[in-house]
Amino acid sequence: MKNRIDTKFAALKAQGRKALIAFLTAGDPDEGTSRAAFAALLDNGADIIEIGMPFSDPMADGKAIQAANIRALAAGQTMKKTLALAADLSAAYPDHPIVLMGYANPIHYYGMERFVRDAKAAGVDGLIIVDLPPEENAALHGFCQAAGVHVIHLVTPTTDAARLRVILGRASGFVYYVAIAGVTGAAAASIADTQEKIALIRSQTDMPVVTGFGVKTAADAAAFGALCDGVVVGSALVDALLSAQNPLGGGSGAKGDGMSTLATLVRSLSGAL
Amino acid sequence: MTHLRTQPDSQGHFGDYGGRYVAETLMPLILEVEKAYDAACKDAAFWAQFDELARDYIGRPSPLYFAEPSTKHFGGAKIYFKRDELNHTGAHKINNCLGQMLLALRMGKTRIIAETGAGQHGVATATVCARFGLPCTIFMGAKDIERQKPNVFRMRLLGAEVRAVTAGAGTLKDAMNEALRDWVSHVDDTFYIIGTVAGPHPYPKMVRDFQSVIGKELREQMMEREGRLPDSLVAAIGGGSNAMGLFAPFIDDLSVRLIGVEAAGHGVDTDKHAASLIGGKPGILHGNKTYLLQNEDGQIEEAHSISAGLDYPGIGPEHAYLKDSGRAEYVAVTDDEALAAFQLCTRLEGIIPALEPSHAFAHVARIAASLPSDHLMVMNMCGRGDKDIFTVAEALGFDMATS
Repeated sequence: MKNRIDTKFAALKAQGRKALIAFLTAGDPDEGTSRAAFAALLDNGADIIEIGMPFSDPMADGKAIQAANIRALAAGQTMKKTLALAADLSAAYPDHPIVLMGYANPIHYYGMERFVRDAKAAGVDGLIIVDLPPEENAALHGFCQAAGVHVIHLVTPTTDAARLRVILGRASGFVYYVAIAGVTGAAAASIADTQEKIALIRSQTDMPVVTGFGVKTAADAAAFGALCDGVVVGSALVDALLSAQNPLGGGSGAKGDGMSTLATLVRSLSGAL
Repeated sequence: MTHLRTQPDSQGHFGDYGGRYVAETLMPLILEVEKAYDAACKDAAFWAQFDELARDYIGRPSPLYFAEPSTKHFGGAKIYFKRDELNHTGAHKINNCLGQMLLALRMGKTRIIAETGAGQHGVATATVCARFGLPCTIFMGAKDIERQKPNVFRMRLLGAEVRAVTAGAGTLKDAMNEALRDWVSHVDDTFYIIGTVAGPHPYPKMVRDFQSVIGKELREQMMEREGRLPDSLVAAIGGGSNAMGLFAPFIDDLSVRLIGVEAAGHGVDTDKHAASLIGGKPGILHGNKTYLLQNEDGQIEEAHSISAGLDYPGIGPEHAYLKDSGRAEYVAVTDDEALAAFQLCTRLEGIIPALEPSHAFAHVARIAASLPSDHLMVMNMCGRGDKDIFTVAEALGFDMATS
């Protein structure tokens, strides 16, 4: 199975570049601003976008993304709106893969089969469902395989070689290495530890490997990007969008400022890769 | 110690429920807990230590009490109370905390974390941590800290760090999220003592097993007293640990009716209740698939009950299974009915029940009169009411400061 994720990684490899995977939460802080913010990511160098599907109980997320989830839900974000956002972005940016990231319950409630069908129709290329480990994702995996949607799995510092085989048995698209044992937005991991773990992953798979959790600055992106095929940046982008919109956070309060702060950060991250 | 009749499958599924829905970072830890628990289950020395401390530290077995005034008052079934409110720390929670603490020590863990709503599980966890000299951090919603000050003070006296959780609505589910985040961030040294029969496998099974001391004692006590098994068991359910502990040893005895009593808050047809089985739908939260209170977009909703201990939007997965299979029946009792039952029990029996078993007693009050006098009914008096007197005073309009 191949889709835009595979094409993108192949193209980046040919250019000698690393992927910038940029995350924001759908509907944060409201539907219109969120659409513009995702466009700003793509206009300024993001290769792949990761759209967070809001959930009331984001257990694996730190404070920045928790708050983004709450803002989005308070503004009325729903699964249907998130899928519409994906469809809109997919049509406007046909060369850029879209990954949906979120938690199992909203998908379970929506209906797994219906969700995969609607996500595929919206142009979604991959799914990351944080709380569906290989032991619990047989159904989702089957629907995704049939639809041509990758199920991307996380590998973490606590993953040993035996567990890695179990995860890779279910993974496709790329491997997402979570560099720290912790939640999103935590302090950066050590380069040496990350290097060692990525070597272990590489020894078991030819899939692209990207690093996320704790990657915030251009310097982080350059350092971690050098170890693998790309980086995921999330909390830092959520913070950039928020701080520039919040007068107390240093911006003017105008939405335009939020976009420019976000755009500047994305350009510097992209430039480092 | 004899072992249990129903078991989840190897991945922790009770039918379609249960399982292990956690972030990958936690999977190796969960698997490690499972392996350690399986080994402990086969180790007679582990259970000998549990039994000894259950006897000498908790005060087990708890008595089986013939509630003669209630029996006469309702004029139907013969009513017994299983007196788990007489345990050290005043509730059934300590049974599970003792078991998990012994497991944590066996695994060489040096730090304990736990979530708490009303504070009963937090107090029980802080108690065993004091007893065994391990540092502990209790995650508690900021709103719950405000309304459960005596238990916060107890935990601090026992040496626990009580960490206020401001995320979400600042109640039990948010505290559980935060405890899971802490665990992900301290994977090497920390053991998470979950307080109810929920969470990722093996917790629902493990907590049930530790709480099953309640049902096992009851079985022996009832055989000794009446020469036969009881006809019905009644217990309150929030997450469902006292009920599971009571029910588990009787699951295969089909003559025994199992009745779980959920908190209906202002009514299950309102948006303010905690009746996940009656008013919720299957979903995935906190590591397991079970019935949840959720909206039409799969977002978890806040539970409401006058009893902070029942104020949780989920329910242990084995209860979800027992409900669907029809083996157990589930009913709901409102805040007002529980308050009335609280007062009735206090005046009839001279026992001030916690608001949780007050829900169970309210259901006993509903059905006892319609049952014959040879019907043996056992209600689990799972906690004492001292912690609730402020809540009850407020609900009854009694001003503690001036009266």
